[in-house]
Amino acid sequence: MTAAAATAVAPVTARADGLGWVLANIATVTGRNLHRLVRVPTLAAFATAQPVMFVLLFTYAFGGAIHPPGVEHYVDYLLPGLYVLTIAFGASQTGVAVAEDLTTGMIDRFRALPMARSAVLAGRAAADTVRNLFVLALMTAVGTAVGFRFHAGPAAAAGAIGLALLVGLAFSWINALIGLLVRDPEAAGLAGLLPVIALVFTSSTFVPVATMPGWLQALANVNPVTVTVDALRALCLGGPTAAPVWQALAWIGGLLAVTVPAAVLRYQRTTAS
Amino acid sequence: MGEQPAIRAEGLHKRFGAVPALAGADLQVPAGGVVAVLGPNGAGKTTLVRILSTLLPPDAGRAWVAGLDVVRQAAAVRQLIGLSGQYAAVDGYLTGRENLRMIGRLSGLRRAAARRRADELLELFDLTGAARRTARTYSGGMRRRLDVAASLVAAPPVLFLDEPTTGLDPRGRFGLWTLLGELAAEGTSLLLTTQYLEEADRLADTIVVIDAGRVIAAGTAEALKTRIGGDRLELQARPGDDPRPLAAALAGLGSGPAAVHAETGRVILPVTDGPGILPAVATRLAANNLRVADLALRRPTLDDVFLTLTGQAAASPAQADPAGEQRHDRDAAAARTA
Repeated sequence: MTAAAATAVAPVTARADGLGWVLANIATVTGRNLHRLVRVPTLAAFATAQPVMFVLLFTYAFGGAIHPPGVEHYVDYLLPGLYVLTIAFGASQTGVAVAEDLTTGMIDRFRALPMARSAVLAGRAAADTVRNLFVLALMTAVGTAVGFRFHAGPAAAAGAIGLALLVGLAFSWINALIGLLVRDPEAAGLAGLLPVIALVFTSSTFVPVATMPGWLQALANVNPVTVTVDALRALCLGGPTAAPVWQALAWIGGLLAVTVPAAVLRYQRTTAS
Repeated sequence: MGEQPAIRAEGLHKRFGAVPALAGADLQVPAGGVVAVLGPNGAGKTTLVRILSTLLPPDAGRAWVAGLDVVRQAAAVRQLIGLSGQYAAVDGYLTGRENLRMIGRLSGLRRAAARRRADELLELFDLTGAARRTARTYSGGMRRRLDVAASLVAAPPVLFLDEPTTGLDPRGRFGLWTLLGELAAEGTSLLLTTQYLEEADRLADTIVVIDAGRVIAAGTAEALKTRIGGDRLELQARPGDDPRPLAAALAGLGSGPAAVHAETGRVILPVTDGPGILPAVATRLAANNLRVADLALRRPTLDDVFLTLTGQAAASPAQADPAGEQRHDRDAAAARTA
């Protein structure tokens, strides 16, 4: 090895400020995470096998027993709920990845670089959004093959996909914060999944809230998963959309308003241990 | 960077819970200088590097890089530094080339510059052949080289290296030493931590010895060696023999008193002119009719430095040979940080 080249270059640098610089940083980190998405087997499985399995398993296992009122095929009722479930499960991988970056020293490396403080987490969330768009398309395709249809027109259908992506954004930031706080990759994955399982099964994801015992109905009706699934369902199946969609947006906005600053602040103060 | 020292630290304190990691560390690296921070596990080396590279704020004390405060002007400091931390921090699922391009872009290089720089560094670190393989397929030494390469992407004038040769085989170690020597010769200021006296000796103008979060000695390698008395003559008594008569027979030959380890049957004598003294040692042993199982002359190790400077052995068994046993698993690393 000879060091002649090590310092000889005067690298051409961009200006380290401004929105363009922040976006360029985020784009670089997004690219990193999209590469990983294709190359890490567990991530690829979360993004492909799991959504397909969920659609097929729940449609055929539950579809014979559950007949929600006003819906001809159970898959019409189910798919909007599965959008949320699948995206929330996939987001647990973000907590795992952030905790891994912490333990392997990657976050130390990033933090010593002259880069935007939010870029590592925002780039992860942006890559998650790309992944989620793929997952939603895949689930919709498989759902369509087993009887699902959008009943409220293309604009509402696009609205449903958009809202589902925003739900995914909230879950990404929640899990990024979990990863930074929990610090252990396996524990972060579990901490991201367990609350989701509890919330999904006490919501309107699989069954109408009206079929639950009274005390559970009270919980289910304020459950943010119920709120967002009902909004998605209204956009997919038709019916009044304004109230449920605004409620869902309020939840998402509230969660992002808490988790984004908390996660960025935590990121700035954390080092490998 | 003019007349400013590259790095200056004054009275740095840091504790993690009840555990003090730094207890008033002072340090100075002149512009273009190379300083090696030498110390055992848990001495505070990594904490020191993290504070100086803006990752951790100190509880008390201040530090500057090129005159910029590492806490208040952290963003400006990050424009000037390169950091290779205690882990080989590269993304295993990116190729070597992708890793370096990513760091280049995040360091503010334009796309074409990041591309060119990545290829230069791959060449420089002998990784061109592996450039298109994901880093998880690399050997430990290759990962470490990629990690050090990543810290050089922006050609930083100030470079921090936390135990840079850990995990490298002898060839990789010598290669890195050569490279770091050339970087220093071209004007890069270097602060590196190490557990190996040989490495500090080879690379640094100044060696700073820290123990329990405090600087216990600082000076040139020569000054330090004079203080700890140069080489060591080690005699091993035959099994069952009392080693004390050996020490008595050698009285006056060394540069200090001989240390006797009764339980291991070993006698260690600090000497200034090792080879020159060997005939006298043989004569004394023969005259006293003493025989030994083994007799060896060796360079001082970190243990010897600590024996002399603190009167006690380093907290953990340090290896005289840097290529020695790996102790870089996660638990050891965690214990060291604490």
